[in-house]
Amino acid sequence: MKIQLNNIHKKFASNVVLSGVNFELLDGEIHALMGENGAGKSTLMNILTGMFAADDGTIIIDGKTMQFANSQQAEAYGITFIRQELNVWQNLTVLENLFLAKEIHNRIGLLDNQQMKKLANGKLAEIGIQLELDKLVSNCSIGEQQMIEIVKALMTNAKVLIMDEPTSALTEREANVLFQVMQRLKQSGVGMVYISHRMEEIFTHCDRITVMRDGVSVSTSPIADTSFNQVVKEMVGRELSERFPARDARIGDEILKVEGLTGAKFKDISFTLKRGEILGFAGLMGAGRSEIMRAIFGLDPLINGTIKINGQELKINSPSDAIKNGIGFITENRRDEGVILGFSIRDNIAINNMHNYVRSGLIDSKAEDKFILELTDKLLIKMASVNLNVGSLSGGNQQKVVIAKWLGNKPQILIMDEPTRGIDVNAKREIYQLMNELTKAGVAIIMVSSELPEIIGMSDRVAVIHEGTLADILGRENLTQEKIISLAAGEANAFT
Amino acid sequence: MHLHKKLIEKFLPFIGFIVLFGAIGSINHDFLAPMNILNLFRQVSINALIAFGMTFVILTGGIDLSVGAILALSSALMAGIMLHGCDPIVAIIIASLIGAVFGALNGILVTKGKIAPFIATLATMTIYRGLTMVYTDGNPITGLSDSFWFQVFGRGYLFGLPIPAITVIITFVIAAIILNKTPFGRHIYAIGGNEKASIISGVKVNKIKVMVYAINGLLAALAGSIVVSRLNSAQPTAGTSYELDAIAAVVLGGTSLTGGHGKILGTLIGALIIGTLNNGLNILGVSSFYQLIVKGVVILIAVFIDRRKATS
Repeated sequence: MKIQLNNIHKKFASNVVLSGVNFELLDGEIHALMGENGAGKSTLMNILTGMFAADDGTIIIDGKTMQFANSQQAEAYGITFIRQELNVWQNLTVLENLFLAKEIHNRIGLLDNQQMKKLANGKLAEIGIQLELDKLVSNCSIGEQQMIEIVKALMTNAKVLIMDEPTSALTEREANVLFQVMQRLKQSGVGMVYISHRMEEIFTHCDRITVMRDGVSVSTSPIADTSFNQVVKEMVGRELSERFPARDARIGDEILKVEGLTGAKFKDISFTLKRGEILGFAGLMGAGRSEIMRAIFGLDPLINGTIKINGQELKINSPSDAIKNGIGFITENRRDEGVILGFSIRDNIAINNMHNYVRSGLIDSKAEDKFILELTDKLLIKMASVNLNVGSLSGGNQQKVVIAKWLGNKPQILIMDEPTRGIDVNAKREIYQLMNELTKAGVAIIMVSSELPEIIGMSDRVAVIHEGTLADILGRENLTQEKIISLAAGEANAFT
Repeated sequence: MHLHKKLIEKFLPFIGFIVLFGAIGSINHDFLAPMNILNLFRQVSINALIAFGMTFVILTGGIDLSVGAILALSSALMAGIMLHGCDPIVAIIIASLIGAVFGALNGILVTKGKIAPFIATLATMTIYRGLTMVYTDGNPITGLSDSFWFQVFGRGYLFGLPIPAITVIITFVIAAIILNKTPFGRHIYAIGGNEKASIISGVKVNKIKVMVYAINGLLAALAGSIVVSRLNSAQPTAGTSYELDAIAAVVLGGTSLTGGHGKILGTLIGALIIGTLNNGLNILGVSSFYQLIVKGVVILIAVFIDRRKATS
């Protein structure tokens, strides 16, 4: 199936989102679509799959002008959009998900599980994916859930798959499975649009790349004819000298010491953290990194172990205990646990900062606005007013709102779980710069990240977690991707 | 144009109230007589007080079905201690505190017990009503007091306004200040907006929820005291289905049942709309059977408009 999008325009109210985009997808091609958040990638794909109608421009599929009325029509035609937020039912089994709303039943209306299993197993064998059909989706990893979506699309003979940030929640290993599947689909002629912020993946696995900026397509070229720097330059409209600012903070005294930390999903974790230091936490998804952080922050109970801050042993039973002791926590789940969508930027930042400007029990609105504006200015949050709904901001700016919320409390220790997940190159760099500034001012940062370049680029030391245990802590001098991957996969001391 | 639309949406409950008020007034001028307006304010006051408390609970994403039963139980206990010679004003204060305790129990069941608010308060509604029946043996408690201050509380006037209406105004002002101007109020909204994010931000979610249910119980009991004063007796069946009128007032006022969004002013207007319907339809001579249907339809229309607002 050959798809051509010509000169697509789209406005929402007075907000121009697309103003002349050209895009082409061939049979068996993996075509990367890159651009900063807000460049219009998702809108373009939503127009292709019928969620919105274009204001101007044409969609030509196999030589015919098409306009789908909704995503079901597009799917029936063989074009499936797999979104970042996976569309699976946690309470149902894999098989039930695969056949949802397309159940096969026998003559008296009862489900024909045998037949469905046969069809599903056939498809799985064809693509080379292993999935337990009777497993509940809530027990599946994110990677498996993604495979369910892919298989589901292929069950209805999808000829085009659009994938939005498919690897953002995957471990390296799961991502590699995905890439293998993509190669097999490519050989069978399925075309794929691959939206991602991850350069390494795109340069390894894609055939062509189209870069979008501010609602227009800037360039389309075979991957071999372009370069990392060229793409970044096209995305941001200027050259980014480097991705990670140089670490130049002075590392001071020990501030945090945890010993023998044991919880439901991790055991015997010991490490120290110094002022001005960034301690990276690497590991596969589900290795227990976030759980360790949640326990330190008082969200989950500890079975065993001690936490000392400035040499003093503490009992942290709740987030408010942790906050009192100078700990801040930016969770990996921005929409669920970070921002309050539907609330203003002000109310989001104010939630744990009001004690700074409460006079005799009442909120001093003037002092509040001043306090909040100082934070939003410091973090370069792009907004018209603090009264705006936080949901109207881009992912990067939402993340900055969450960070602003914590900076108001002047934490000594900031735990950042996947601090740059799903945000664009420019905002990432701003967040890295901010981390540098904070550590310069003596703040100690724990950064949990699944992006190895980020771990290597920003950490002073890296703790690698494997299945709930601490595999090793690596110093900056001997950090390599290979070493971290092998430790995370449980191949202890493979490189020593 | 856009701003225009937003303004209309914001003041929709108020516009609805004015239209309803004007419509009934133009059909029957007796409705607009000063005496009737004052009467309406007094009738509204019981529901308004309960609905204020309900607003707090609903803003956190909860619900409380037990307020009518709390009203009855605290009224009965108030009457009981008055029969034992307790000063009426002291009895009102004690009744309100008892109401707060019953409310706090709801809050503890919801937070520590992790029971869904609907189920927890459905159970306590039955228990509190049962306790009332046990305490009163199913009979009204009468002949309470001829003390001036006691009678004034439910029946008196000040500057030409019924005292219960003044109680409502004072409570309204305090509630508005709490919700808009204190960290406690902001935390109530935050919990309804995103409970997980609130916990991580260090908001003491359980403590605040217990306090919110306690406030709700307290206001239900305060409304109960007004009823006791008006009737000079405590009825074991008092407050039956009052929780529904209170929830209706909150919803009519534009507060979201999922929590996080809403204004106490909206609730006041919601209570006025329900009061206007009750009073106005009576004056228009509509049978009370039809009144129920009209009230239900008005609630549906309000929620329907609210839905469209949310999805557009």
